[in-house]
Amino acid sequence: MEPVIDNLDLYWSGFLTSLEFIVYSLVGSMLLGTLIAAFRVSPIAALRSFGSAYVTVVRNCPLTIVLFFMAFGLPELGINYSFFTFGIVGLVIYTSAFVCEALRSGINAVPAGQAEAARAIGLTFSQTMREVVLPQAFRSAVPPLGSVQIAMFKNSAVAGAFGIGGDLYSVGRTLTSARGFEYIPVLTGVAIGYLVITLSAGAALAVIERKVAIAR
Amino acid sequence: MTQSDSGVSAANGAPLVVLEHVDKWFGDLHVLQDINLSVARGEVVVVIGPSGSGKSTLCRTINRLETIDKGTITLDGQPLPQEGKELARLRAEVGMVFQSFNLFAHKTILENVTLGPIKVRGQKKAEAEKRGLELLDRVGIAHQSAKYPAQLSGGQQQRVAIARALAMDPKVMLFDEPTSALDPEMIKEVLDVMVDLARQGMTMVVVTHEMGFARTAADRVVFMADGAIVEEGTPEEFFTNPRSERAQDFLGKILKH
Ligand SMILES: Nc1ncnc2c1ncn2[C@@H]1O[C@H](COP(=O)(O)OP(=O)(O)O)[C@@H](O)[C@H]1O
Ligand SMILES: [Mg+2]
Repeated sequence: MEPVIDNLDLYWSGFLTSLEFIVYSLVGSMLLGTLIAAFRVSPIAALRSFGSAYVTVVRNCPLTIVLFFMAFGLPELGINYSFFTFGIVGLVIYTSAFVCEALRSGINAVPAGQAEAARAIGLTFSQTMREVVLPQAFRSAVPPLGSVQIAMFKNSAVAGAFGIGGDLYSVGRTLTSARGFEYIPVLTGVAIGYLVITLSAGAALAVIERKVAIAR
Repeated sequence: MTQSDSGVSAANGAPLVVLEHVDKWFGDLHVLQDINLSVARGEVVVVIGPSGSGKSTLCRTINRLETIDKGTITLDGQPLPQEGKELARLRAEVGMVFQSFNLFAHKTILENVTLGPIKVRGQKKAEAEKRGLELLDRVGIAHQSAKYPAQLSGGQQQRVAIARALAMDPKVMLFDEPTSALDPEMIKEVLDVMVDLARQGMTMVVVTHEMGFARTAADRVVFMADGAIVEEGTPEEFFTNPRSERAQDFLGKILKH
């Protein structure tokens, strides 16, 4: 494990970069996914169609294709940002389709009477969603949302392969190809970095699930 | 603004809720058939009839939870708006109490009662809470205001639902079988609150089979069968001397039990 121990500072900064990338993608995909889910149950037919088309296309597209678009397609159109940004956008788009579907199953689990009662006191559609339906939908959607986001954490390594730069994946690549360390210890170090993130997320998820269960 | 127009048509003698030639279909089912009904200010109308006759649907068209296919419905002289903000504003004027209470499961009792006033009426939280507690006190639930709906009995939940509707200062209250989901010992506590409301002059449309309530509080009984209004009259007339065969048949059945 010498390559890891000798390069702890490099691993640490890679860990922080990966974590930053993941946090942005998490927040972004939750927001976008919630918006698309609201589209999918909206009273406006055009929004419903857009929502379901979005989910169908994005969910059935391999992540690597989405990332290729970001990395090579957009610059061709003259849109240039760092791949750190492009990677987040790609991962947010991809993950939001899954967030949307997880949330929609949660929305369907909220009894119809809840939204009716909300409308009956004069709340608009968006107020009904925000105040009554979504808070309850999130509760029953915590477990599937958790799996979606943990899958996203791991997918962030795929974005890393496209060259986010400075993240755990690129630390692994630098140490093996540029400096010639052996793969097994270096990648073990990378894996540990990801495990720290996913396992803490799993633990946090368990806490959230318990909290939500009590508040019911 | 057309405020002055509506002011004239909504002068005190004019009816508050008017349904004219209302028809509605669910696919092939003609669920409301040429319904004509007008409810005066302060009037309490009880709607009674066999299950599946369209009572809930009728009730729900009045705040447009169900749309209609033909005819017109006006509230306080104004036709019901189509969709969007206008409709939301109208719904705030019409209180609705459901058979299954439908209290917001993730909010406390007090939050259930203050949500509408804060979000729809733009009241300050403190102001809404003060009024909310008064209303909860009026229905006898003030000491439970920090609990969640699931911690209350059915009768208590239904009284909270009434307070939630009252918090919007509605012009009319709709009740769709408010006691049908309750255990017998809880029915009275809910009916008492409703009788009180009726005494204080609230305009009410109540779908119920509680004859005691109809006799004490109703000004008029409307009997529905197969999507149509078959007969109407005072509670006394209707219960002691129903004219139509359908009503005689129906009363025969419910009186036997
Ligand atoms: N959303 C709906 N879609 C299709 N049919 C419905 C719907 N709601 C009610 N119905 C039908 O309309 C009829 C009247 O229902 P309802 O108004 O609930 O009657 P009631 O309240 O008098 O029991 C019933 O036959 C019922 O099955
Ligand atoms: Mg009914």
